[in-house]
Amino acid sequence: MSQAPLPRWADLVLLPALNLVAALLAAAVVVAAVGQSPIEVLQVLVRGAFGSARGISYTLAYATTFIFTGLAVAVAFHGGLFNIGGEGQGLMGGLGSGLAALWLAPHLPAWAMLPVMGMAGALFGMAWALVPGYLQAWRGSHVVINTIMFNFLASTLLVYLLVNHLKPAGSMAVESASFAPSARLPGMHQAMGWLGIEWPNTPLNLSLVLALVAAWGVWLFLWRSRAGYRLRATGSSAGAAAYAGIEPRRQVLIAMGLSGALAGLVGMNEVAGISGRLMLDFVAGAGFTGIAVSLMGRNHPVGIVLASVLFGALFQGGAEVAFDVPGFTRDMVVMLQGFIVLFSGAMAYVLAPTLARVLAWRRAGAGPVDARAHEARTSETRSAEASTAEGGAQGGGAHG
Amino acid sequence: MSAEAATPSGSAAQPAVRLAGIHKRFGAVRSNDDVTLEVATGRVHGLVGENGAGKSTLMSILYGFYTADAGAIEVFGQPVQIRHSHEAIALGIGMVHQHFMLVHNLSALDNIMLGAEPHALLHRAAAEVRARLLELMAATGLHVDLDALVEDLSVGDCQRLEILKALYRGARILILDEPTAVLTPQETEQLFQVLDKLRERGTTLIIITHKLKEVMRVCDRVTVMRAGRVVHERDIADTEIEDLAQAMVGRKVRLHRDEAEGGAAPQAAGPVLLQAQGLSVTDHFGVVRLHEVGLALRAGEIVGVAGVAGNGQSELLEVLAGLREPRQGTLELAGERFAPGRWLDPHRARELQLAHVPEDRHGRAMVMGFPAWETAVLGYEDRPEVSHRHLMRHGAMRALTAELMDRFDVRPRDIELQSSKFSGGNQQKLVLAREIARAPQVLLVGQPTRGVDIGAIEFIHGQLRALRAAGCAVLLVSSELDEILALADRVIVMNQGRITGELPIGECDETRLGVLMTTTAAMQGEVTAAAGPAGDRTDREAAR
Repeated sequence: MSQAPLPRWADLVLLPALNLVAALLAAAVVVAAVGQSPIEVLQVLVRGAFGSARGISYTLAYATTFIFTGLAVAVAFHGGLFNIGGEGQGLMGGLGSGLAALWLAPHLPAWAMLPVMGMAGALFGMAWALVPGYLQAWRGSHVVINTIMFNFLASTLLVYLLVNHLKPAGSMAVESASFAPSARLPGMHQAMGWLGIEWPNTPLNLSLVLALVAAWGVWLFLWRSRAGYRLRATGSSAGAAAYAGIEPRRQVLIAMGLSGALAGLVGMNEVAGISGRLMLDFVAGAGFTGIAVSLMGRNHPVGIVLASVLFGALFQGGAEVAFDVPGFTRDMVVMLQGFIVLFSGAMAYVLAPTLARVLAWRRAGAGPVDARAHEARTSETRSAEASTAEGGAQGGGAHG
Repeated sequence: MSAEAATPSGSAAQPAVRLAGIHKRFGAVRSNDDVTLEVATGRVHGLVGENGAGKSTLMSILYGFYTADAGAIEVFGQPVQIRHSHEAIALGIGMVHQHFMLVHNLSALDNIMLGAEPHALLHRAAAEVRARLLELMAATGLHVDLDALVEDLSVGDCQRLEILKALYRGARILILDEPTAVLTPQETEQLFQVLDKLRERGTTLIIITHKLKEVMRVCDRVTVMRAGRVVHERDIADTEIEDLAQAMVGRKVRLHRDEAEGGAAPQAAGPVLLQAQGLSVTDHFGVVRLHEVGLALRAGEIVGVAGVAGNGQSELLEVLAGLREPRQGTLELAGERFAPGRWLDPHRARELQLAHVPEDRHGRAMVMGFPAWETAVLGYEDRPEVSHRHLMRHGAMRALTAELMDRFDVRPRDIELQSSKFSGGNQQKLVLAREIARAPQVLLVGQPTRGVDIGAIEFIHGQLRALRAAGCAVLLVSSELDEILALADRVIVMNQGRITGELPIGECDETRLGVLMTTTAAMQGEVTAAAGPAGDRTDREAAR
């Protein structure tokens, strides 16, 4: 409160950009320390992620999964809950979609099959999240602990089902049979082909559209609907929600159910879109990356989509770097991600006071006092919003 | 009429504190604007002003919590820089905060010693500290059981302990922040006797308060602050209470009951709108919070509930508002009867036109992170005027909020401003606006003016009176006796979860109510003027 507040544009654009630069600089130091050229690595990374239609496609394919898991974290967060179970809910969602595909695809056309797979994925993810939600709401057993444990349960359940029931007889690989064509989500190259545009054949598929629709839906739900109003009220003040006549336990179920359903849609990208069969561990850490994505995107769908693209670029560009630069392993990419999470998430506001001082110094002298005072007040509101969001996270941990 | 500040009558000795030309800004707000304050050694100096007038900021600068943007500080004639509170303590400045800074699971002695142990070996340190404290207690009359755990002490004890702690650390200048906020009238009187004694011993006292009566009772001199500036400074001998009130607000204020309005003879109350019988509540520790409480609210009356905070008033409000189900008892509201197992819920309460302005403004009445226009429909978010099917009507919500803010003079008139950014008084006006807007039959209101500045108090009281005139039944829970005396037609006194008395307003005065507030079931009927540490358990809860 005693420090000068940041204007809104600086808070939403400049600060995240600075944090990103700080993370890159920190990573550059490490890269230089192992004897590589940071500039070269960065060039390869950016070119790999955005330098070609192919690179962009891969970046967006990764981003699609992160959008789903990021949204899942954000919805729970607005309800005052910390859902760490995106991993398991994603696996169960994929299982749901996969089972629907294996059983029904031979009998149904694509226009009926794909919605059924989506629904099945969302329902499976939702069910997997509702159990910890129920335990939290009615039994007082903490949702963080239970969602983590449900990740392991989901993983072992998938192994069991694949090895013992879904693996075609005689196959050595632990994966299901390939789905019938009606259960395959069209790739972006096919979709673009229908429009007469040539596009390289990559994992990118139409689930990106689904992800964007989901982001819009989350926005609509949280900020436009009455249910979303109630959910946010509960998430930021359980006491106020109770006063308003909102049943908090129901809100826990709604938040976790929606969160799980969003995570469950990961299967549409990874199973129906990319692999076309059910495999082990196809979520591959995206459930956890979703936490970073949501954190960096300030729990807002627009921010989440942007952060997902950034993380998608890191995965894709990182893979290129590992391939192109000798001596640079994938672990280095993980390190870079670590720095980004550290600077953009945990330390998001470390630079804020300095930035505010610099901006205030720049503005001093320019502009009449009244205008400055007004600006200061409106932006104060913004920075306080951000800080309550943080407080909410802690509060959620404490009571949620 | 302002700025008759500065140049206090040059008292004999060196002033204990001299703050000259203090400036402090927070963002765009000038919290202290060229403030000059001189406190004479060995005197009691009152520092009064509305919330946000800058008095706490000024004292925080003196105590080293904030550094002034400009200005000079002198302590006993020495120019000093105070950057941390330990520097202030070293200079002989002590502060007793409104919210006690005590470790609950340590003994009183350990709390005093904490951070100031004279020895590395604790038992030797304790013996030394104890010896010095016994001397100090004998000299000042501040008696506290040194071996009791803080969590077992009453609020009054905790406060005495805080004062002892400051004195033990060598405080010759003692700052007390709203010292009487949580005390009964009797405990307050005891505190004043201690303060008188401290003054005799030559301790300089600075008291931050908004209770003007108490300023008149204990202070030698008073400084009034408004909007970051000193607007009035006088010796108490030359001051009338009305002058202080006027200086605080900047205009004439009506603080007392208007007899013409039916102070002595309340208008005939109408039919019973809410009837509660035998309400009992036990909390999850098994402590009885409410014991067989019954009351009836009639149309067109304000019923005041008096008592030291934490004696069941909060539970009573929660039960009546449907936020908590009692173990026993019944409630009749608008022709419906509720009993445990099928108790009223807040949603149904609103449908039955029962509105509730909760005590806990920050934790219940508003969602602090929401903008004003979202907070303004909290609890009414399903009404057709603000939502259609499943979507909220943002335009209508904003228009409604703007209208409420106009009607209730909420400042600033900014519907986008985050709820937490309004001052206490304006938050309360917004909440009151929301609850009154739909013309309730019954209004439950808890601590309507806690943390609210005096101008807003006047406005809020006016609204409650208007509501009574319109035939609403109002239940007013307040720890400010003055407020209850100014508004209520009938007063219920609670102590330890029981109703210990009920008086028509004509028979109420502070002494009678004070006695009832400290009467326990065991003592009932027996009238003792001694402050009752009887409410220990509940007092302690209140202190937390």
